[in-house]
Amino acid sequence: MRAMTSAAIQVTGVHRVFTRKKDQVVALDDVDLTVGAGEFVSLIGPSGCGKSTLLRLVADLDAPTSGSIQVFGKPARQARLDQDYGIAFQQAGLLPWRTVSGNIELPLALHGYPKADRRSRAAELLELVGLSDFAQHHPDQLSGGMQQRVAIARALAERPRLLLMDEPFGALDEMTRERMQNELVRICAETGAAVLFVTHSIPEAVFLSDRVVVMSPRPGRIVDVVAVQAGGLGPSQDRTDAVRDAESFFHSVARVRELLHGAPAPGARGVEAR
Amino acid sequence: MTGSTTLTRRVRQLCLGLLGVLLLAALWDLYKAFGPEAGVTVGEQTLVLPRTTDLAMPHTWEMLQRLTEPVTSARDAPSALSAVLDASGFTLGIAARGWLIGVVVGLVLALLMSRFRTAESALLPWVVLSQTVPLIAIAPLVRRWGSALSFGGFEWTSEHSVSVIAAYLAFFPVAVGALRGLKSPDRTHVDLMTAYGVGWWRSLVSLRLPSSVPFLLPALRLSAASAVIGTVVAEVSISLRGGIGRMVVEFAQSAGGDPAKAWAPIFGAVLVGLVAAGAVGLLGLALRPFALTEPVR
Ligand SMILES: Nc1ncnc2c1ncn2[C@@H]1O[C@H](COP(=O)(O)OP(=O)(O)OP(=O)(O)O)[C@@H](O)[C@H]1O
Ligand SMILES: [Mg+2]
Repeated sequence: MRAMTSAAIQVTGVHRVFTRKKDQVVALDDVDLTVGAGEFVSLIGPSGCGKSTLLRLVADLDAPTSGSIQVFGKPARQARLDQDYGIAFQQAGLLPWRTVSGNIELPLALHGYPKADRRSRAAELLELVGLSDFAQHHPDQLSGGMQQRVAIARALAERPRLLLMDEPFGALDEMTRERMQNELVRICAETGAAVLFVTHSIPEAVFLSDRVVVMSPRPGRIVDVVAVQAGGLGPSQDRTDAVRDAESFFHSVARVRELLHGAPAPGARGVEAR
Repeated sequence: MTGSTTLTRRVRQLCLGLLGVLLLAALWDLYKAFGPEAGVTVGEQTLVLPRTTDLAMPHTWEMLQRLTEPVTSARDAPSALSAVLDASGFTLGIAARGWLIGVVVGLVLALLMSRFRTAESALLPWVVLSQTVPLIAIAPLVRRWGSALSFGGFEWTSEHSVSVIAAYLAFFPVAVGALRGLKSPDRTHVDLMTAYGVGWWRSLVSLRLPSSVPFLLPALRLSAASAVIGTVVAEVSISLRGGIGRMVVEFAQSAGGDPAKAWAPIFGAVLVGLVAAGAVGLLGLALRPFALTEPVR
């Protein structure tokens, strides 16, 4: 029991079938996944393979058809109500009528933190994402990358031990994206949070993660898990730009690509998935 | 964006508006001066432009001048202007009450429909259908039902009937606009609220209501206009004295001997409409922080 509670996320035998009229879409088929405390795990796979679905299940924004999901040893619903995770989506989703600072304070305000605490926490987070000068701006005065950084700051507002991120850098250009990746590594090192990160970019997944989970579509399954850290890149909190040129980085990128393109023998599934 | 440029823009809009009014007046009098006495007809019968006689088209300045003269030939009759202003105030008061009732009813309906899917499918068709019933048909009904009401010292008057009829027109744009607005937050925002574990009420206050403002403002404006029209028409069909509606009818009857007089209450109706639109405009200014567009993504 102790071993289970130490994991940030424990997904066991999860199926998710969407039924619309007579159509049935098996979005997730028998998925098992464990994310340890402080571990950075990426989900990668072709469009429609169920990455967002899996993330939404963990966040309890949706319920599995069968199987169980535990977050810090509790049912996902309890974890959501306890605010055990912070979440960020592909769209920043800032409220346009609130200032940048007001947006970061939103979860704190909704959960009844006193005003002074909210202010100081927002200032701290703005410092962390390098937007202190924009505290009183409105979202429509910020670039897409800046909005995304605000959304990440908002996700961190309540110091969650787990971050759920669905393609948060998807809409950014390559340069901003790499800078944001470096920032995310730094933020994770500072907060020690576990991360479940959905992406379409192989280098991004490898650069950020301790492990990369490769998925296949129709039905959505976990093909294999690439252990980037064990592959020689070191823990995800210590990554720097130098990693992007390391040989083991290219090795892991090649391995993920191989899994995505070439269909591996079905027998391999699940063996390494734990 | 800055204060001074908005001010100059406002002033320019105002000037353009006034210019439009002047242009219309000029057009009127030019046609009256140069148009054919018998009007312009197409074929044998169809009159496409009016006769230019003083009876059909009084001079614009005569209309204005008429406002300063006594309203009737009675000894101590007030000026036509003050009679029109009184009637306008009366009508505006009833319209404002009708508008308020309509806005409250519309908002409540929209909240119900956005909260419960069954409420939406049960109510929305009726909401739409309600607007196809002609006012003339419901006016006597409202009066009859209203006069059957009595509780405490409250007595139902014709004024109440007119307000209710105005509300009947006014609630519709608000119900439809607010419903669209309450449903407008995108999935990311809704998911975020779920993730924060807040209930329906908190997410209404912090997400749905603010994001419905851009939909609500035009709806409120439309509903103010509907309330004014509803009030004037209901005044006529219920024969309520004191407002613009009856005045239009009464003054039109004297048009034979005093053609300019018939136009006085029409100016009153325009005035009521302008004041109503202005009031909603002020409300819009107060709500402007929420009318910001969505951030670029
Ligand atoms: N609410 C829903 N109703 C019906 N089907 C859905 C729903 N959400 C997802 N699906 C289906 O489930 C499958 C997986 O969708 P999901 O959004 O998880 O994919 P994804 O891996 O996140 O794709 P992308 O990379 O494009 O974001 C798709 O086939 C999709 O059509
Ligand atoms: Mg997705």
